[in-house]
Amino acid sequence: MKALVTVKRVIDYNVKPRVKADGTGVDLANVKMSMNPFDEIAVEEAIRLKEKGVVTEIVAVSVGPAKAQETLRTALAMGADRAILVQTDDEVEPLAVAKIVKGVADEEQPGLIITGKQAIDDDSNQVGQMVAALLGRPQGTFANEITVEGDSVVVKREIDGGLETVKLALPAVVTTDLRLNEPRYASLPNIMKAKSKPLATKAPADYGVDTAPRLKTLKVSEPPVRSAGIKVADVDALVAKLKELGVA
Amino acid sequence: MANVLVWVEHDGSAVKDATLAAVTAAAKLGDVTALVAGSGVDGVAAAAAQIEGVSKVLKADDASLANGLAENVAPLIASVMAGYDAFVAAATTTAKNVAPRVAALLDVAQVSEILSVEGPKTFTRPIYAGNAIATVESSDAKLVVTVRGTAFAKANATGGSAAVEAVSGAAESGLSSFVGSEIAKSERPELTSAKIIVSGGRALKDAATFEATITPLADKLGAAIGASRAAVDAGFVPNDYQVGQTGKIVAPEVYLAVGISGAIQHLAGMKDSKTIIAINKDEDAPIFQVADIGLVGDLFTLVPELTGKL
Ligand SMILES: Cc1cc2nc3c(=O)[nH]c(=O)nc-3n(C[C@H](O)[C@H](O)[C@H](O)COP(=O)(O)OP(=O)(O)OC[C@H]3O[C@@H](n4cnc5c(N)ncnc54)[C@H](O)[C@@H]3O)c2cc1C
Ligand SMILES: Nc1ncnc2c1ncn2[C@@H]1O[C@H](COP(=O)(O)O)[C@@H](O)[C@H]1O
Repeated sequence: MKALVTVKRVIDYNVKPRVKADGTGVDLANVKMSMNPFDEIAVEEAIRLKEKGVVTEIVAVSVGPAKAQETLRTALAMGADRAILVQTDDEVEPLAVAKIVKGVADEEQPGLIITGKQAIDDDSNQVGQMVAALLGRPQGTFANEITVEGDSVVVKREIDGGLETVKLALPAVVTTDLRLNEPRYASLPNIMKAKSKPLATKAPADYGVDTAPRLKTLKVSEPPVRSAGIKVADVDALVAKLKELGVA
Repeated sequence: MANVLVWVEHDGSAVKDATLAAVTAAAKLGDVTALVAGSGVDGVAAAAAQIEGVSKVLKADDASLANGLAENVAPLIASVMAGYDAFVAAATTTAKNVAPRVAALLDVAQVSEILSVEGPKTFTRPIYAGNAIATVESSDAKLVVTVRGTAFAKANATGGSAAVEAVSGAAESGLSSFVGSEIAKSERPELTSAKIIVSGGRALKDAATFEATITPLADKLGAAIGASRAAVDAGFVPNDYQVGQTGKIVAPEVYLAVGISGAIQHLAGMKDSKTIIAINKDEDAPIFQVADIGLVGDLFTLVPELTGKL
């Protein structure tokens, strides 16, 4: 079975994003960019399934600018076999990303599509569910554990009240949550090897997808800042404060 | 006036609190119809009919809807949406699972986790872990919107008297099935609606230490218990305790962060709390930049002392 994993190039999670002074967006000039952390988990899961002999080939897909090649090379260095960059300099919304991923899936016919649950830049949490809808296939979102059993996949999901388990007919779409696995680091030899793995470049139009935004961003602003507080000297002072707040 | 369909989240008997905030947001867009989907949901439909601001309840009662499987629920919602202009749901894991599937079936963009309604099709929403707030305007014919519960007041659960109408069309997709769930029952207030939250971080060492340190304090305060990702990953507490960008968003009266450094992903989930209190041995920990009240020192002496003095 083939696995398709989606990887997005995003601001590194350690960087504190800054809003541009003109209110048009977040300043990404000279900012460290990395693979979306949930997508690292997606790549790792595909590799583990390959190591178990369940998955035979891993194809990594990214929609984004030429620089997203770096993200795909990271996926290849971790252990993906092939990569597809669907290149565009436009900001592509989740629905259009999902349509492109559907287009890739129509060509590649993967048994499993693994996406992150959420991109840490747009915080949309949509693409995986949308891909599943467009393909008319089942979805296992916020996965904590994945087990392929014959022609189905059992997904344990992280939900508000705890955990839930569903069984999905393959092909299926799974989105990763934080506890699914701990992604590996690519070793130096594997980083070297990744340079010669195949990376195809396509355009959204190759899949007949119009990436024109449906949502117009009117402005991007700073959130309200909290004013600096005080430090209390000891527990007695804290108890007094709690009493003032009416909670003790 | 727009016709707005609100997804009613329930546990089979009662309407979840989060839905009440979604009703408030939906009412800013137009006339509110509540959709109750499930199996054996007469009671839920009756409860939904009493929510103030709901003018009609649609009840989809079918075995295929019993476990809220997105493959069965989303097509039903998409078909009901033929008569509506907007679909609104609270941004819970349930709706996060279903709503994008609905949006894709309707070929519209979803606006996730709105903070405010600025116009008929204009909303604000947090991006980059809440480090930026985007104002977005939809150009789609229909809206699909999820609502951040902490950003809207809860509609009154009673006072309304809407009529209940049955809708048909639910069907088993044959694509997925429900196997089971592990839902912990707790006497504690729910994290997302608690007035006070005590949260613990990596500093709590292990599950037993977390329990022995945080629980007595939470008990004294009648508080819900939360945690950082580090504490969840290390297995101190279950995953649904995680507060943050990719966990639960909370805004209690008082949030007490114990042994939590204050990474942006954690702050994203709690920085709208009314009063933030932090206990941390590192006086430069980022949590103190958002804390109203800070206490610097070793939590293993400070927390038991605090619990004892309350
Ligand atoms: C994709 C992604 C999503 C994430 N989502 C979330 C999320 O939703 N929620 C979340 O919380 N995190 C999230 N994180 C993780 C986040 O980046 C931090 O790693 C995490 O919040 C750190 O948890 P912590 O503060 O408990 O641990 P640490 O950062 O290790 O902090 C421990 C703190 O305890 C203090 N301490 C240690 N010993 C004592 C003592 N004896 N007494 C008093 N203080 C003590 C230390 O000074 C330190 O400040 C996410 C990360 C990624 C990459
Ligand atoms: N431009 C993109 N290229 C590749 N994958 C993406 C892209 N945008 C989103 N995804 C995938 O979809 C997941 C959810 O993203 P989102 O719905 O934007 O929060 C991410 O974790 C990625 O796996």
